[in-house]
Amino acid sequence: MENKLYVSMSPHIHGGDSISRKMWDVIIALIPALLVSLYFFGLGSLLVTSVSIASCVLFEYLIARFLLKQESTLRDGSAILTGLLLAFNLPSNLPLWIVVIGALVAIGMAKMSFGGLGNNIFNPALVGRVFLLISFPQQMTSWPLPKPFNLHYLDAATGATPLSVMKSSRFDRLPDMLDMFIGNTGGSLGEVAAAALILGGLFLLIRKVITWHIPVSILLTVYIFTGILRVANPEVYADPLSHLLTGGLMLGAIFMATDYVTSPMVKKGQVIYGIGIGIITVCIRVFGSYPEGVSFAILMMNGVTPLINAYCKPKRFGEVKKK
Amino acid sequence: MSMRTFSMGGIHPPENKISAGKAIEQVPLPAQVAILLNQHSGAPAVPLVQRGDRVKTGQLIAEAAGYISANIHSSVTGKVLKLDEVYDASGYRCQAVIIEVEPADEWAEEVVLNSTLKRDCTLSPEEIIQKIKEAGVVGMGGASFPSHVKLSPPPGTKPEVLIVNAAECEPYLTSDHQLMLEKGMEIIVGTKITMMALKVNRAVIAIENNKPDAIALLERLAIPYSQIDVMPLAVHYPQGGEKQLIEAVLGRHVPSGALPVVTGAIVLNVGSIFANYEAVQKNKPVIDRVVCVTGKSVKKPGNYLCRIGTSVQDLIDFAGGMPDSTAKVISGGPMMGKALINTQVPVTKGTSGILLMDGNEAHRNEVYNCIRCGDCIEACPMGLEPYLLMSLSELSEWEAMEKECIMNCIECGCCSYVCPSNRPLLDHLRVGKFKVGAIIRGRKNQ
Repeated sequence: MENKLYVSMSPHIHGGDSISRKMWDVIIALIPALLVSLYFFGLGSLLVTSVSIASCVLFEYLIARFLLKQESTLRDGSAILTGLLLAFNLPSNLPLWIVVIGALVAIGMAKMSFGGLGNNIFNPALVGRVFLLISFPQQMTSWPLPKPFNLHYLDAATGATPLSVMKSSRFDRLPDMLDMFIGNTGGSLGEVAAAALILGGLFLLIRKVITWHIPVSILLTVYIFTGILRVANPEVYADPLSHLLTGGLMLGAIFMATDYVTSPMVKKGQVIYGIGIGIITVCIRVFGSYPEGVSFAILMMNGVTPLINAYCKPKRFGEVKKK
Repeated sequence: MSMRTFSMGGIHPPENKISAGKAIEQVPLPAQVAILLNQHSGAPAVPLVQRGDRVKTGQLIAEAAGYISANIHSSVTGKVLKLDEVYDASGYRCQAVIIEVEPADEWAEEVVLNSTLKRDCTLSPEEIIQKIKEAGVVGMGGASFPSHVKLSPPPGTKPEVLIVNAAECEPYLTSDHQLMLEKGMEIIVGTKITMMALKVNRAVIAIENNKPDAIALLERLAIPYSQIDVMPLAVHYPQGGEKQLIEAVLGRHVPSGALPVVTGAIVLNVGSIFANYEAVQKNKPVIDRVVCVTGKSVKKPGNYLCRIGTSVQDLIDFAGGMPDSTAKVISGGPMMGKALINTQVPVTKGTSGILLMDGNEAHRNEVYNCIRCGDCIEACPMGLEPYLLMSLSELSEWEAMEKECIMNCIECGCCSYVCPSNRPLLDHLRVGKFKVGAIIRGRKNQ
C-alpha cells in the first residue's frame, strides 16, 4: 500500500461554524452599546472595561497554564466576552482593584473551577457582579450621571438612577423616555443604552447566534407583569415601558440570559426559563429590597436550567402518543 | 413560493455537484472483478459456482439465502478464479466471487440486449415481483434493502402511493440525476411497472429543486401517465431519508418503530426503479450501475456506467487517475458515505459515487468542550438531543440512551456537521445505537 488513506466515520464534511465565530459575533454585537457608554461615561467606562477584559484574559491564562496545566483556551474569545460583559454590569466609577476582584471571581470561581467554558452552571460575568454587589454594596450602587466625554473617573458626579426613582414611586422624577432609550441616564456602564443593545440583539438574531425565545419571553413577561401592577395601582407602580428600558433588563435579556452554557437547550425550555427570569426580576424590583433584580433572576434560573433540560424534550419525529 | 420539504431540522451543505450534466460513459471491462456476496442488507447470498467454472454475463452465481437477501449475478464473462474474502466498503473482509474477465461479453440467454423502449407489461403483480427478485434488485441509493421485500408489504398494511426517491440530497453525488436525464422514459415505465406490482394507483417522483432539467424532462415524459406526478422539493439534507421524504411528499410522519408503509407510502430509489424496468422488461439482472467519480481534485469527474465488482481503483483510473493529493476515498456522499481503507474495494449495487478528498478536506478539526448552543438539536431531523446522547454514550449509559430515543437516529450526520466545537457526535451516537440495539435484541430473545 503506497497510498495511505484517512479512514473515519461519516460525516466527512463540517459546516465550518466555530465557538470563536459565535463568541466574536457576540462581542461585535456589544460594540454599539460600548460606544454609547464611552460617550456618556467617558474615561471611567474606558478604564473599567479595559481592566475587566485584561484581567479576565490574564486569570484564564494563568489558571489554565499553572493550575489546570491545560492548553490555553483563550483563542475561543470567551474570556474577552466575559470581561466585556462583567464591565457592562459595573458602574463606571468603580475602583479598578474591585474590578480585578470581580474578574477573578468570574473566571476563577464561576468558570474555570467547573472545568472551563461549557461546564459552568452559572453565568460567570453575573457571578462576578453579584459577588461585588454583596461585598462592596456602597461602591457598586453609586452610579455616575451621564455627561458626554466625561474625563472624571473616581470623582465623577453621581446621582439617582431611574430604578431607585421607581423604587420610591416618584415617577415625576423619571428621566424622559427618549433619554432612557438612548442611554442618557445613570446606571451600570453597559446597561443604559437600550437602543444600542437592541441593535446588537438584532445582529445576533440575523447571524443566528441566538433565537428570539429567551429575550422575548423575558421582556414580554416583565411587560405584562408590571402592566398588571400598573393598572392595579398607578400611584405605587411604575409603567411597564419604564421597566423595560431601565436597569440591566435589556442587557440581561439579550446578552446575559442567552448565554449558551447556562440556558436551556430546547426552545420550550427557553421560554419557561425566560418567563421565570421575568417574574423573579419584577418581584425583586417591586417587592424586594434591591432596586434591581435581573442578575439575581438570571442566576436563579441558571440553577434551574439542568432541571428544565431534563423535563423539556424536543418533539421527537414520529412520537407515538401515549394512551 | 416555498417548496415542500420536511419540517424538523436538516441542513444545507454546499452542493458541489461537480459531475452534474456529464454524460454517462461506459467504463471498459476490467481485467478482474470481485463480486461481493453481501451487497444487500440481510443474509449474504450462497455461492453457486466453484473455482474454475466459466460464467456468462448475467448468469446467477449466488442465490438469496432466505427472505431478506438477494440474488447475485456475474457482471462479466470469464473464469471463476476463486472464492475469497476481500475488503468491502465498511472495512470488513467479506466473501466474494473473483472472476478473470474475458474481453468479450457472452450474455446469459434470457437477457434482451436491444435498448429499444418496451412500454407494455402484461404480467401480474406476483410475476413482476418474482422477476425483480430473480434479478437481485436492491435499494440502489446506498442502504441496499432487497426490493422484492419492500414490494411485498406485510399483511394488514395497504400501500397507497409509490414515492420514487430522486432527491439525491447528498452533496457531490450526481449519478441519479444523470440517469434521469438519459433514461427518463425507462424510469417512467419502471415507475408504472412498480405501481402495478404494488397495486397502487398513484406515484410521486420526488426530485430536489437543484435538478431543474430532470424535473422538466420527467414532467414532460409523465404527461401520458396521469397517475404519475413529479414533485420538486426544496434542497434540504437529509431529504433522501425515507422518513423525511415521506413527510415532505405526503406530510405524514412514520411513527417511531413502525414500518414506513403504515403511512401508505412505499419509497424506492430512482436507480432501483430503473433496475426494475430492466429486470421486468429486459430480463436483465443488476450487473452494472452508474457511479459518479467526483471531488475537487479529480481530473475527469463524471458519471460512469461500470460493472458490479469493478475495483474503485479501476474507476478512479478511468476518471483520470488518483491525484497525488488524495487523502480520503469515500464510497457514497460526504455526509453518509464510507471512507475506504484501500482502493481495491469493489463497486457494489449500492455504490452511488466515489468521492476523493485532499488532506485539507479530510482533516478533522480539534474538538472542544460542548458549549450547549443547541445547534445539534436544531439540526437533528429526528428531534433528538445529540449533545446529551454523546455524553450518555461516553458514560456507557445505554439504558438512558434508549429512553432518549437513540434508536430513532438515522445517522445522517447533521449534528456533527453543525457542531461549533467539532464534536464527533455521530461517532458516539453510533456506538450507543449499536449497544442499545444489542440490548433490545437480547431482551426479545429472552
